[in-house]
Amino acid sequence: MNKVFNRIESIIGNVITVRATGVKYNELAQITTRFGKSLAQVNKIDGDIISLQVFAGGQGVSTGDEVRFLGSEMRVSFSEDLLGRIFNGSGEPRDNGPALTDNMTTIGRPSVNPTKRILANRMLRTNIPMIDMFNTLVVSQKLPIFSISGEPYNQLLARIALQAEADVIVLGGMGLKYDDFLYFKNTLADGGALSKTVMFIHTAADPTVECMMIPDMALAVAEQFALQDKDVLVLLTDMTNFADAMKEIAITQEQVPSNRGYPGDLYSQLASRYEKAVDFANSGSVTVLGVTTMPGDDVTHPVPDNTGYITEGQYYLKGGRIEPFGSLSRLKQNVNGKTRKDHRALMDAMIRMYSAYKDTLEKKNMGFMMSRWDEKLLKYGELFEERLMDLSVNLSLEDALNVGWEILAECFEKDETGIKSELTDEFWPVK
Amino acid sequence: MTETTQNLGKVISVNGNLLSVEFSGKVSMNEICYVKVDDNALKSEVIRIRGNVAQIQVYEMTNGIKCGDTVEFTGDMLSAELGPGLLGQIFDGLQNPLPLLAEKAGWFLERGIYAGALDTERKWEFTPTAKAGDKVRAGEYVGTVPEGFFTHKIFVPFYLLDTYTVKSVAEKGEYTLKDTIAVITDEFGNEIPLTLSFKWPVKRAINCYTERLAPEETMETKVRLIDSFFPVAKGGTYCIPGPFGAGKTVLQHTTSRNADVDIVIIAACGERAGEVVETITEFPEIIDPRTDRSLMERTIIICNTSSMPVASREASVYTSVTLAEYYRQMGLNVLLLADSTSRWAQALREMSGRLEEIPGEEAFPAYLESYIAAFYERAGYVRLPDGSKGSVTIGGTVSPAGGNFEEPVTQATLKVVGAFHGLSRERSDARKYPAIDPMISWSKYGSVIDANKIDFCKEVMLHGDEIESMMKVIGEDGTSLEDFIIYLKEEMLDAVYFQQNSFDEVDANCQKDRQIYVIDKLVGILGSDFELKDRDSARTFFNRLRQKFIDWNYTVFKSDDFYKLEKEIDKLYEECGGKLTQRAQELLKVVG
Repeated sequence: MNKVFNRIESIIGNVITVRATGVKYNELAQITTRFGKSLAQVNKIDGDIISLQVFAGGQGVSTGDEVRFLGSEMRVSFSEDLLGRIFNGSGEPRDNGPALTDNMTTIGRPSVNPTKRILANRMLRTNIPMIDMFNTLVVSQKLPIFSISGEPYNQLLARIALQAEADVIVLGGMGLKYDDFLYFKNTLADGGALSKTVMFIHTAADPTVECMMIPDMALAVAEQFALQDKDVLVLLTDMTNFADAMKEIAITQEQVPSNRGYPGDLYSQLASRYEKAVDFANSGSVTVLGVTTMPGDDVTHPVPDNTGYITEGQYYLKGGRIEPFGSLSRLKQNVNGKTRKDHRALMDAMIRMYSAYKDTLEKKNMGFMMSRWDEKLLKYGELFEERLMDLSVNLSLEDALNVGWEILAECFEKDETGIKSELTDEFWPVK
Repeated sequence: MTETTQNLGKVISVNGNLLSVEFSGKVSMNEICYVKVDDNALKSEVIRIRGNVAQIQVYEMTNGIKCGDTVEFTGDMLSAELGPGLLGQIFDGLQNPLPLLAEKAGWFLERGIYAGALDTERKWEFTPTAKAGDKVRAGEYVGTVPEGFFTHKIFVPFYLLDTYTVKSVAEKGEYTLKDTIAVITDEFGNEIPLTLSFKWPVKRAINCYTERLAPEETMETKVRLIDSFFPVAKGGTYCIPGPFGAGKTVLQHTTSRNADVDIVIIAACGERAGEVVETITEFPEIIDPRTDRSLMERTIIICNTSSMPVASREASVYTSVTLAEYYRQMGLNVLLLADSTSRWAQALREMSGRLEEIPGEEAFPAYLESYIAAFYERAGYVRLPDGSKGSVTIGGTVSPAGGNFEEPVTQATLKVVGAFHGLSRERSDARKYPAIDPMISWSKYGSVIDANKIDFCKEVMLHGDEIESMMKVIGEDGTSLEDFIIYLKEEMLDAVYFQQNSFDEVDANCQKDRQIYVIDKLVGILGSDFELKDRDSARTFFNRLRQKFIDWNYTVFKSDDFYKLEKEIDKLYEECGGKLTQRAQELLKVVG
C-alpha cells in the first residue's frame, strides 16, 4: 500500500513537493535523506503536486531522495507507559527509552461539544498567593503567562507544576533553550513529580516544523488522560515560538500575511489549541497554562493580543512578580466565593489599597508632600510586595489570607480599610 | 435525491478547508455539496466557479481528503429550517442541534454528523386562520401554533413569489412538521402543499414586509449608561468594540437577560465555549419577569465557538439573523447579539487568503465593508402584511486587534451602526462596570430621558474631564475651588450613574422609570451651587453624598428605604446650602 517516490520537484525552505496520486490531505510521509529519516506532512494538494512540510527541515534534502507515504495522519501513542517519558516533536523518544507504538491516537481531534462541558467550578491550588488569593486558577481554565524575555516564567511554570493538585502533568516545550529543558527535567525529578509527567520537547536547536506539532501532541495525550477521569495540567512554553513557527511555514508557502507577517488564521489556530481546556461532565479535566512572551513588552503584538481574546484571563509577569494590575483570572468568581468568607472582601480591599499606594508613590516621585495617610500607604505597599507578591513566597490560601490581615493591621485602623465590620470583627488580628 | 439526477464532481486540489472540484453538470453559487471521504459526507458550500471548476469551502476538517474523491452537489443553497420548535434550542452554525449531536457522537463534534434542526415527531396544536378561497402571498399566514409563551404563525413560504389561492386548510388539531396543513394553488391551478415548516437560504434577507419604518422606541437594557446616554432603538443596530478583558461578553450577557424584547438570539461566533456553557447552565434557571417562564424559552443560541470549523463560523452569523427575521415576521421584537463580529470577519479573511484574492487592509478582503453593511442592514423595524409591527435589533461586539479602534472591522462597523458603545481599557482596569467610555461613545437614537438633561450631564462630564487632566499637571493645590467642585461633580456622575454594580440584583436592573426619576435628582445636584469653604470640605461633602446616592441605587424603587434615603440625600444637600442654578431650574421645570 505504501507508495514510494524518488523524484522531489521542488524544495523551498522546509516545504518540498512531489508528484503523486492517491495522497490524502494531512497524511504523513517518511523522507530518507543522507542525514537519515524524517517525517513529513502533506499540507497542500494541487492535482498531482503534493506539498509536504519536512519535520527535520529542508536542509540537505536532495531531489533524488526517497519519499514514502505512510497512509495515516500524525498520531501519538497513548497509555500509562507515557508517564515519566520525554518525546520530541515527531513523537520519538528523546530519553533513550523505547519507542511507544501501542494504542495510537490521532492528534488535533475535533473540538468538544459545548453541551458536554460543565461550568468550571473547582479551584486549582498552587500555593502562590498572587494566584490563589488574587487571581485564582480554576480547573479547566486556559490561562497564559504574559511575560517578556528574561523573566523567570519557566521557573514559575515548574513551580506550579510541582505544587498544583493535578493527577497528570503534560509539558509541551516549544523552542526551549536546552538549559531550560534540563531545568524542567531536574526540577520535576527533584520534586518527585517526574513519574506523573509526560514531556513533549522541542528545543531551539530542533527543526521548526516539529515545533508546530508539540501543542497538538501534548493536548491529544492530555485529552485522553482526562477521558480516563484524570485532572490533567498542560504547560505550554512558549506559545509565541509556536506562532512564529506557523508564520515561518505560512510565508514559505506564500500565504498572504495579515498582521506583522502572521497568517490570517492565527486566532483560529491558537484557539483550537487553547480550547482543548475542558471539564468533562462526570469525567476528568484539562487545564492549560501557557507562556506567551511579548516581544518588546507589547501586549498589542499579534500573539499576546490574539491569545488574550481566547484565554480566560492572563498572569502578567513583570519584574519577577505577578502584577496584580494586568493580571486577571476570569473564572475566579466561580470559586472564590466558596473558599473562606473573607476571601473576596480582603482581595478587593488589598488591591484597592495597593492601587492607592501606586498613586501615592507617583505623587512622592513627583515631589508632592506626603500626608499621614500617604505614609501609611507607603508602608502598606512595601509590606504587600515583600510578604505576598514576591515569587518566592509559598503559602496556602488560608495562610496567605491571614498574612493579608496582618499586613492591614500593621498599617491601618479597622475602619480605614473599607471592609465590612462583620469581617474585621472576626478576622482583625489581636495585637 | 435519486440516482438519475445526481450531480457529481471530483476533487482536484486541497488547501486547508478549500477544495477545487471539477464538475460537468450545473452548479450554482453558494450551493451546498457533500465531499465523500471514508464513510463520511462532509458538508461544503460553493464559493467560486471558474469554467468547470468549482471552489468549495468545507464546513469540517479536511484531513484525509484526496484528489479524485467524489463530491455530490445538492442543488440547494445553505438554508435554515423555519418552523415551530426553534425557541430554547442550542444550534451550531449550520443549525444542527448540539444536544442531538452529543447523543449521536458523544463528547466530540465528530465530522460528517448532522441532525435535523426541528423535531419532526413532535405534535403542534394548529389553529387555522385562513379559509378556502382566501388570497395569500408570501409572509402572510394561514394558521398558528402555540410555541411556549408565543403564538407562532405558520406562513406561506417566503420563496413563493406570486399571489395564491387557498384551496384547503387543515382543521384545528394536532399535527407534526411532516403533515400538510394547507394547500394553495397558483394562477395556473398548480397545487402547493404547505407544512408547519419550510427552508430559507440564510444569506438572503427576508423582505416579506410592507414597509420599513424608522426605529423610534427605545429598547430598554436596564443599563443606565446605555438607556439614558447611548440608547439603542428597537430595530436599530449598535456595536460594542473593546480590547480583551474589557467586558464585551459580560455586557452582552446582561443585555440578553434584561432587554425588553420578545426573543433573544445569541450568536456565539468564534468565542470561548466556556461562555456558552455559562449561558446554557444559567438561562434555564432564570425566570423572565415578563413571561414568568424560564429565560431559555425566549432564547435561541447559535454557537460556533473558536475551535469549531471556521467556515461554519461564517455561516453562523447568517443563520442567526435569518431566525431573527423569521420571528420578526410574527410581529415580535427580536434582539440578535453577535459575539464577536471580528471572528466572522476573520473567517472571511481566512477564506479570502486561500482563494488568493488581492488583500485589502490588514489582509481583510476588499468586500469586508459591504458584507458588514449588508449584515447590519438586515436589522430593522417593519410593518408587516397584517398591519402589525416587528423588529430585529442587532448588537455586535467587535474585537479590534490590539484594542485599536482604527482597524478595518471597527471602522467598517461604525459606518453602518446607529449606536457605538466603545469599551476602554482604562475604565475596565479601574474596575468600572460597564466599561463603556462616555467620552467616545455615541448614539443616534432617542433616549428615555429628556435630551436637554442628557446634554447638561454631558457638559458637566466634559468640563470635569478637562479639569481632571489639568489637575494631573498642576496638582490639586493649583486648582480653583470652583473647578475642583466641577471635577467632584463629574466624579459623582460617573460613580452613581455611569457605573452599576452588576452583582447587585437591584442596581443591575435599573428600569426606565427609575432612570427618569433619578436623573432629576442628579441634575439637581450637578446643577447646584453649594456653600463649601475649601477643597477638603468639598471632597468630604461629595464623598458623603456619593455614598448616600450609591446606597440609594441599591434600594428597591419606591420602597420605604428608597424614600428614606432620598430624604437623607435632600437633607445633606440642604445642610451644605445647595441652591439650584438658573439653568438647572429651567431643566427641571420643563418636564416637572
